[in-house]
Amino acid sequence: MNEKTDTPLIEFSDVTKRFGILTVLDQFSFSVAKGEKVTLIGPSGSGKSTVLRILMTLEPFQEGRLTLDGMSYHEPGVGGRFQASEKHLRQIRNHVGMVFQSFNLFPHMTVLRNIVEAPIRVLGMARAEAEARAIELLQMVGLADKKDHYPVQLSGGQQQRVAIARAMAMRPRVLLFDEPTSALDPQLVGEVLSVIRDLAHEHDLTMLLVTHEMRFAREVSDRVCFFDKGRICEQGAPEAILGAPKNERTREFLSSILS
Amino acid sequence: MDWSAYLPMILQGAGVTMTITLASIVIGAALAFFFGILRVEGGPVLSKIALCYTEVFRGTSLLVQLFWFYYALPLVGLSFEPITTGILVLAAHAGGYGAEIVRGALSSVSTQQLEAARALNFNRFQTLFRISLPQAIVEMMPAFGNLAIETLKLSSLVSLISIADLTFTAQSIRNLTLDSASIYSVTLLCYFAMSLVLMVAIRMIEHVVRRGDVFPRSAHS
Repeated sequence: MNEKTDTPLIEFSDVTKRFGILTVLDQFSFSVAKGEKVTLIGPSGSGKSTVLRILMTLEPFQEGRLTLDGMSYHEPGVGGRFQASEKHLRQIRNHVGMVFQSFNLFPHMTVLRNIVEAPIRVLGMARAEAEARAIELLQMVGLADKKDHYPVQLSGGQQQRVAIARAMAMRPRVLLFDEPTSALDPQLVGEVLSVIRDLAHEHDLTMLLVTHEMRFAREVSDRVCFFDKGRICEQGAPEAILGAPKNERTREFLSSILS
Repeated sequence: MDWSAYLPMILQGAGVTMTITLASIVIGAALAFFFGILRVEGGPVLSKIALCYTEVFRGTSLLVQLFWFYYALPLVGLSFEPITTGILVLAAHAGGYGAEIVRGALSSVSTQQLEAARALNFNRFQTLFRISLPQAIVEMMPAFGNLAIETLKLSSLVSLISIADLTFTAQSIRNLTLDSASIYSVTLLCYFAMSLVLMVAIRMIEHVVRRGDVFPRSAHS
């Protein structure tokens, strides 16, 4: 990683996020380079999902600065105090996609429509082009034969693969995975991980992944960050963090998850 | 009693009742969606206006509303045909209840769906019309079905502002024949038959919005 020459694509500086009196992120600083694959691990409530949700503009934050490719999540010129306008946030959102723990496919739309709806309505893509691209993506996730099915007719693993295709259809530069396999039966986890693994080979795609699948994290990520109490306690190459953690809390967490 | 003489009258009265009911349901549904959506998406001012509308029409007597529009409104220079008055008042009444149904169903769409829409960068209108409403409509159908049948039954009140609907016709026939038992029995059967037709129609609409059996049935509908 040549962080000196590459300005980071994503940069959190001293971001504080509170829910009422609960501080979820505490002066949080974190940056991600373009194309980097970063896995966030840590106990629940440590703030890792909140990082993704803030990046997706699903949550505002109270203090600090956040930029994506130089675009501030606060209104330019307002001194970083105020949440940016919806219009400004929509520009940022165009570059970010998210895959949710509970898939969140639209139940009233077929698989194909789930994928083409946003490219057509939001990006203004021609229907034929959007559909051709959707079929390609469905082939990538191995579900081209399910294009006319409704979500309820698919297994959880299949739904999540459609959700990944749907997120990719918007051509995001940053793709966020919020515990993508946590809601799945164990035998369905593998098919979703293998789709994510394929995406990890895409050089330009920046990926942030919150997961409890440690072996998978080791395999796909360039960097693993261990979260505790709204901060990153320890981060580094996956072999270092998962193989030989220095921090006491990291060790405790890893042994609790592996046992 | 000689039914052949009265049957055409009864059918004509039933026709008037059905016309008033259907027109009220259609206009009422439009009002329900308009004000129900305003309640949820209208912002501070418009949602209050929508709230006033629903509370006024839900909180006052339908019969008095009919009298007010029929007798009081002409005093300030606005007068409609009785049938127009009947339809408008019934529609406004159904719209008041319907707006609450629309509001409730829209609020029941899960935040996860709204977050997915946001992550795909749909704007507010697209999220409302392409994500929330199509799912909410499924939730609304059973309550709308009840409201449609309620509107049919409440339509008998328009007989009191001199509209020759089924109830009005039944009363006229009773005054001529003095055979209350027969005429009111037939009238009840007519209302029941019409409500059956309404129920079947609603089931068909529900089938369409559910896309057959594909759409998941929620536990409370």
